Amino acid sequence: MSLGTSSTLVYLIAIPLFSSAFLLLAGRALDRIGHLIGTAASASSFIVALFELNKMLGRDGESRGVTQHLFTWINVGSFQVDATLLLDQLSICFVLLITGVGTLIHIYSISYMSHDIDRRRFFAFLNLFIAAMLLLVLGNSYLNLYVGWEGVGLASYLLIGFWNQKPTYATAAKKAFVANRVGDVGLSLAVMIAFVQFGSVTFEGVAKGIEAGSASSTALNAMGAAILLAAVGKSAQFPLQAWLGDAMAGPTPVSALIHAATMVTAGVYLISRSHFVFDNAPTAQLLVVIVGAITLLFGAVIGMAKDDIKKALAASTMSQIGYMILATGLGPAGYAFAMMHLLTHGFFKAGMFLGAGSVMHGMNDEVDMRKYGALRKVMPITFATFGLGYLAIIGVPPFAGFYSKDKIIETAFNAGGSKGIILGCITLLGAVITAFYMTRVMLMTFFGTKRWDSAAHPHESPWLMTIPMILLSIGSITTGFIFSNGDRLKNFLAPVVDQHHHEHEAELLAPMVVSGLALLAVAIGISIAIAKYGRKTIPASAPTDVTIWTKIARRDLLQDDFNENVFMRPGQSITRVLAYLDKRVVDGAVSGVGAMTLRLAGDLRKTQTGYVRSYALLILLGTVAVLTAILVVTL
Amino acid sequence: MNPMNYIYLSCILFSLGAAGVLLRRNAIVVFMCIELMLNAANLAFVTFSRMNGALDGQIVAFFTMVVAACEVVVGLAIIVTIYRSRRSASVDDARLLRL
Repeated sequence: MSLGTSSTLVYLIAIPLFSSAFLLLAGRALDRIGHLIGTAASASSFIVALFELNKMLGRDGESRGVTQHLFTWINVGSFQVDATLLLDQLSICFVLLITGVGTLIHIYSISYMSHDIDRRRFFAFLNLFIAAMLLLVLGNSYLNLYVGWEGVGLASYLLIGFWNQKPTYATAAKKAFVANRVGDVGLSLAVMIAFVQFGSVTFEGVAKGIEAGSASSTALNAMGAAILLAAVGKSAQFPLQAWLGDAMAGPTPVSALIHAATMVTAGVYLISRSHFVFDNAPTAQLLVVIVGAITLLFGAVIGMAKDDIKKALAASTMSQIGYMILATGLGPAGYAFAMMHLLTHGFFKAGMFLGAGSVMHGMNDEVDMRKYGALRKVMPITFATFGLGYLAIIGVPPFAGFYSKDKIIETAFNAGGSKGIILGCITLLGAVITAFYMTRVMLMTFFGTKRWDSAAHPHESPWLMTIPMILLSIGSITTGFIFSNGDRLKNFLAPVVDQHHHEHEAELLAPMVVSGLALLAVAIGISIAIAKYGRKTIPASAPTDVTIWTKIARRDLLQDDFNENVFMRPGQSITRVLAYLDKRVVDGAVSGVGAMTLRLAGDLRKTQTGYVRSYALLILLGTVAVLTAILVVTL
Repeated sequence: MNPMNYIYLSCILFSLGAAGVLLRRNAIVVFMCIELMLNAANLAFVTFSRMNGALDGQIVAFFTMVVAACEVVVGLAIIVTIYRSRRSASVDDARLLRL
């Protein structure tokens, strides 16, 4: 694949980056217009991205990728790392999603954050996130990607803890940060393995090295597992999923942009980008599938039990990303479908989060769905946009989620053998649960009876908030059809992720049968939810006489208890032992030396009698001793 | 005469001087003993100069005399000052700089 060059890629990153720095450094003077600058920066980046897309579509499939060399970053002996940007078919999907959805969320935030005195800082952080995320998807090597990877981690930390005057929110930010660090260990290991095995950390260099067969399958599996660990941390997959629910402490636009549409999908990007590793590392690929399958059920089960609207959506995000990770683990057939689900999910989940934000805005920041009910009449636009997102996520045709999720289920069934049947059944079960918990959210929020607090006066949000929601809901209606019509997205991405042109494997189930099964699954989920939540009145506080399973699901399937008892408490014990050893052994040795010197000095200074004659004697003896020594040595 | 005899004399003078410094308490006497040691050294220098046929030792002897003269000036001044403040010239009495 020959790559052209472009001199405009850097503007994609530079504009939001400079805007962020400007907003942070300019101080309070910019409080009145800071949000406009931030939004304009994001929008400019989106316009640049549209130009790039236009240029890209003007070239042939094989030569669509372009690079821009910025500077030589590291140059040590034969090892050279360039800061080079790479925009190909895979990156452009992300770039458009990040800048497009990002700009809509900027616009939404102007109104959503209008009462916050720190709105300028908020926009600075959002711009920082956009810049870092673009660097992540535009880097041409694992090391460049790493910089963006850490950048989005930082932006995520700053934004989750944006209201850090509340200690619980600050703790949530720290939790996300720590969980991400665990994943980052994986990424740094992957970089090291790539360097040792191939002497290069660029995607191209690694791909060529693998093609030349310069790495053992053990090394490739290790590298795949390390990449998976990184993806697991960033994308909140099992077993590093615990931070995502708490990350909802951040302002709702942040949850929509970072923790639904873009940053948490970076793991899917990383795995798709490293397809050349996973295609040659079957064990690591199997691990990817297992992680995806576990997480998609894990998130869905948590989603069923949550009364907090944002946490229910967060659990749903976890589960949907599980679908994507599962798809990436299914090899060349899955990457395009993972990307498709990622893009459609970016639209409908961001739209639903903005809808949730709109509901909270009207309900005095109440997040408990048991305090909602019957909001469809007072918030018609929010209801309509949220409803379209809902239809998209559960997979009702012709909405976006139907196309993308259906393809994943189909690919899972066609994975072959018993593996295919198990994965297919898991994805179908996931679809049932998704339909159930999303219907539950809809019913509890917009239908039924009013359960509002007496102080609540729900009202529709201003147009600055509703317009982004409307645009995103249009995306949730149309994107699925646009992408899947004639396998458009799959063919578009094929030169990047599917270079080997695998033959079409025998299909276990015809696409029509899969669609039928998926729709049946959705129908089952919806009917159970209506029977449980539509027909009966919903108590204003969560019932306590529930089975042990419900209690476990409400506690996030004991994820925090597990982490606390397995990692935190033993870790604390080890720390205590180490602190004791430090105090007794290390400090003991250090102060022992000091005490010894002190005592020795005390004894020695007794020779200082003050008698001049004794000093003279000592001088004489010393001189005699030195002279004797010289004589003994020379003679 | 054998030049070694001068060396022996020098050693005896030096030992007398050293013993005086260590044993006597009167600062003036201690001082004179130091002069004795310096002159013993001078004698040795001059003798070695003679033995080696070089003039270096004689020159050093002059230097020693100059240094000794300076030392006498400073030393006597100190002794006089101590005597004025303590009414004693005993070196054992001036032992405030100690533990």
